[in-house]
Amino acid sequence: MSASILSAVPVALPPSSTFFGRFCRNRTAMVSAIILLAIIVIAVFAPYLAPHNPAKSSLRYILKPPTWLYPLGTDDLGRDVLSRLIFASRLSLIASVQAVAIALVIGLPLGLISGYVRGWVDTVIMRLNDALMSFPALILAVVIVGMLGPSLTNAMTAIGLVYAPRIMRVVRGSTLSVREEVYITAARATGCSDARIIARHVLPNVTGPLVVQATVLMGQALLAEAGLSFLGLGVQPPQASWGAMLGTAFPYMADAPVPTIAAGMVISVTVLCFNLIGDGIRDSVGRMRRSGD
Amino acid sequence: MNNAQPLLDIKGLTVQFPSPSGWLTVVDNVSFSVGRNDIVCVVGESGSGKSVTTQAAVGLVQPKGGRVTAGSVMFDGQELIGASNRTLNRIRGDAIGFIFQEPMSSLNPAYTVGEQIAEVVRRHRGASRADAWKQAVAALDRVHIASAATRAHAYPHQFSGGMRQRVMIAMAIACKPKLLIADEPTTALDVTIQARILEVLKELQQELGMSVLFITHDLGVVADIARSVVVMYGAQVVEFAPSDQLFAAPRHPYTAGLLEAMPQVALERGHDPIAIPGTVAQAHAWPKGCRFNPRCVHRQDGPCTTQPIELIADGQGLVRCALAGELRLGLERRA
Repeated sequence: MSASILSAVPVALPPSSTFFGRFCRNRTAMVSAIILLAIIVIAVFAPYLAPHNPAKSSLRYILKPPTWLYPLGTDDLGRDVLSRLIFASRLSLIASVQAVAIALVIGLPLGLISGYVRGWVDTVIMRLNDALMSFPALILAVVIVGMLGPSLTNAMTAIGLVYAPRIMRVVRGSTLSVREEVYITAARATGCSDARIIARHVLPNVTGPLVVQATVLMGQALLAEAGLSFLGLGVQPPQASWGAMLGTAFPYMADAPVPTIAAGMVISVTVLCFNLIGDGIRDSVGRMRRSGD
Repeated sequence: MNNAQPLLDIKGLTVQFPSPSGWLTVVDNVSFSVGRNDIVCVVGESGSGKSVTTQAAVGLVQPKGGRVTAGSVMFDGQELIGASNRTLNRIRGDAIGFIFQEPMSSLNPAYTVGEQIAEVVRRHRGASRADAWKQAVAALDRVHIASAATRAHAYPHQFSGGMRQRVMIAMAIACKPKLLIADEPTTALDVTIQARILEVLKELQQELGMSVLFITHDLGVVADIARSVVVMYGAQVVEFAPSDQLFAAPRHPYTAGLLEAMPQVALERGHDPIAIPGTVAQAHAWPKGCRFNPRCVHRQDGPCTTQPIELIADGQGLVRCALAGELRLGLERRA
């Protein structure tokens, strides 16, 4: 006891004991973050970076192999694959954000309420949760899109809905442990209402696991979007996402393998980046938790 | 407000918690009162129900699954048992401040200490952000945290245990409460820090003219600050007496046992502290008759082991002992 009092010297903490310090030391996560940042920059500045108009087709250049003019070749309508990939990154990333945002909007409040209120409210929410999770995610999304009609927004709403239970479970689990903390009782003893305790005292303390889960879900949503668009249930022509490009390039793979491989690579790398960043955040947050007290 | 009326008057408070074998009564018909500008200590072993009593008084046991089955808690002319959450939330943190045992975990790690104190002030006093911050700094200053204005920007993990407890005290007194409930505020701290925290509490009590309800199992602390003492054993009050009377002439064998177990007393008298034999009774298996009887050196079969013992008025206090009239307890006994 006395040791911890003496050792807790109130000075500025060394860099490695802050979240960013630890995250930056995690080389894998750092490289992933840089790659992801580059992809985001490319998406933002797509009109300036793309060498060609992504929608302009040319009958003279159909399914051409890579050349200096078309670094990744052309597709079945004679469009530049690189330019299309660059523009498609916008839709793919926005779609992921959209899906995760929807999952958060549904999953976060329900998880907080479920974990904080407990009792029959918790039982009802968790059984619905279990029911939703017992379906394979993509199949359920296909069903929902089938009902709503194919469009990128519908597809991402479906993915968001399907992923909401994953957010909910993580939030509920953290809430269950946070609600037993003395500072929650202490907050109540200073006159905080339940709503205020949830918003001000529980929520900030469940963000660690939540950010990890949301980051990993970004990757999964990207993959799910690719899957749905590959099946023609997501983004509709003339717009393109990476998954849709993969879908249109795939039938011509024997003649022109580069567009398929390029789209597949971009998807894999981005998903991997999200996962590795998620792992990095998890490790960095975890250590802060352990050394914080 | 009528000054003859006590600030906090607990009557017949009974609290139960669920267990696998049904509801357990962990606070059983507890009554005592805290006057204005008074310092009352509640002492007892772990599990005697002292923390639960005070938490139940301000409605903090229901969120933990407990229930109050009987009793009344009058605070400053207002009934707290059965009061709405709205009412309780208005009183808690404002007229009643609360300090917890674990300074290491009773502050929210996500906010700076200044923010946490200012939040309480803003909510209860409707102060502006800047004003609340000023009051938070003033509160930190009042508990003697050096360079309070700077330290208000620090997070709880940047404070030591003793400093965190000061922060907790600052938060509890930020709205100048009429009653401060301190639930073992010094138990988790080492001895030198304990003494300083007690100094701060005594000083604030004087300065703000508030009453303090102090829960502890350290009789040294009791001797230091209490005006009257509530001794709890096995979910019941076994003795309630003014502090000097309790130390000079305890009337319950348990109180006498606690005094003899004090190192300070033993040292003065040149022997080792005398431990009370046995272990504290459990809520699911209270002994028949007096709950303390299996451990009592004065036990008499019959009066102590058949009927539940009532709390009876005796001189200036209350005592729950079948032999209360006959026993002559006190420290002289073995001299």
